Amino acid sequence: MKAETLKQLLADRAAKRPVVLATWLDGGREALLYPADDDADGALMTAAVEAVRGDKSTTVETDDGKVFLHVFNTPLRMAIVGAVHIAQPLSQMAVLAGYDVTVIDPRGAFASEDRFPGINLSDDWPDEAMEKLAPDARTAVVLLTHDPKLDDPALAVALKARPFYIGALGSSRTHAKRKDRLAADGFTDRDFARIHGPVGLAIGAKSPAEIAIAIMAQVTEVLRRGAS
Amino acid sequence: MIDHEKVLEQAAEWRAAGKGVALATVVSTWGSSPRPVGSQVVIDEAGNFVGSVSGGCIEGAVVHEAREIIREGGTRLLHYGVSDEMAWEVGLACGGEINVFVERLE
Repeated sequence: MKAETLKQLLADRAAKRPVVLATWLDGGREALLYPADDDADGALMTAAVEAVRGDKSTTVETDDGKVFLHVFNTPLRMAIVGAVHIAQPLSQMAVLAGYDVTVIDPRGAFASEDRFPGINLSDDWPDEAMEKLAPDARTAVVLLTHDPKLDDPALAVALKARPFYIGALGSSRTHAKRKDRLAADGFTDRDFARIHGPVGLAIGAKSPAEIAIAIMAQVTEVLRRGAS
Repeated sequence: MIDHEKVLEQAAEWRAAGKGVALATVVSTWGSSPRPVGSQVVIDEAGNFVGSVSGGCIEGAVVHEAREIIREGGTRLLHYGVSDEMAWEVGLACGGEINVFVERLE
């Protein structure tokens, strides 16, 4: 690899720009492909676009020999609404799993640097914070306040966007009430079906850390296997 | 931070420090393999490495090849698998097969 290519690749990562590094395995010639460009040559670019979509690096056969397409996708992100007890272990676990984590809570005493060392914190109202965050197909949204005043506005933004995962804390009863409120706001059953609630895999989790594990496991399952 | 980011940053750091650097990347796998396609390890001229291309089974062999490439240049496409005689030495215990592309940071 050329030093300039490495430099550009790191710059793309920093700018959160999806990029595919194409390396011709016979000799090591290389090129950076940007799936958003539409002026690049056909077959290879098509394969690159597909690789980014599936988040899967792959080797393809071309007239020019074998080419390895190395996908450097936009980072995984997690937005956690509610800087509550469960958010503390969950934010740490998500960081370990490679997520860029933002904890959103307008109640200043909750989202403090002391409670969340090294985590991005936002004290904006959840809907504003979520608008700024602009969830995409590589984003998970987890709602933990179980206060409709805070959860619902964030949920509305999340449902209008296309995060790969939406989860909301609360019992089945809380979740049923949530459905009624969403229906009153014009959301359909189909929208509601996108919300994982009660949040997390059913593993009998009790403590905040265990609940965080259940949530992280479910987020991982949806990311890797798709929504069931 | 994501693994491959760490690897690339380490590559840039060693390079900036004037060291010879090689990158090894898993470019294809068959059967069960411990690390997915795209996994990388960066190696410096002294044999220090960061990242992984297997669960630790073949890193030693890859580092050896990488140090030669740092000295001699060029690229290599290495194959490891149980059907390979090499595998008895460097062993992919999982029974999978992988191709690893090794190149020098120019």
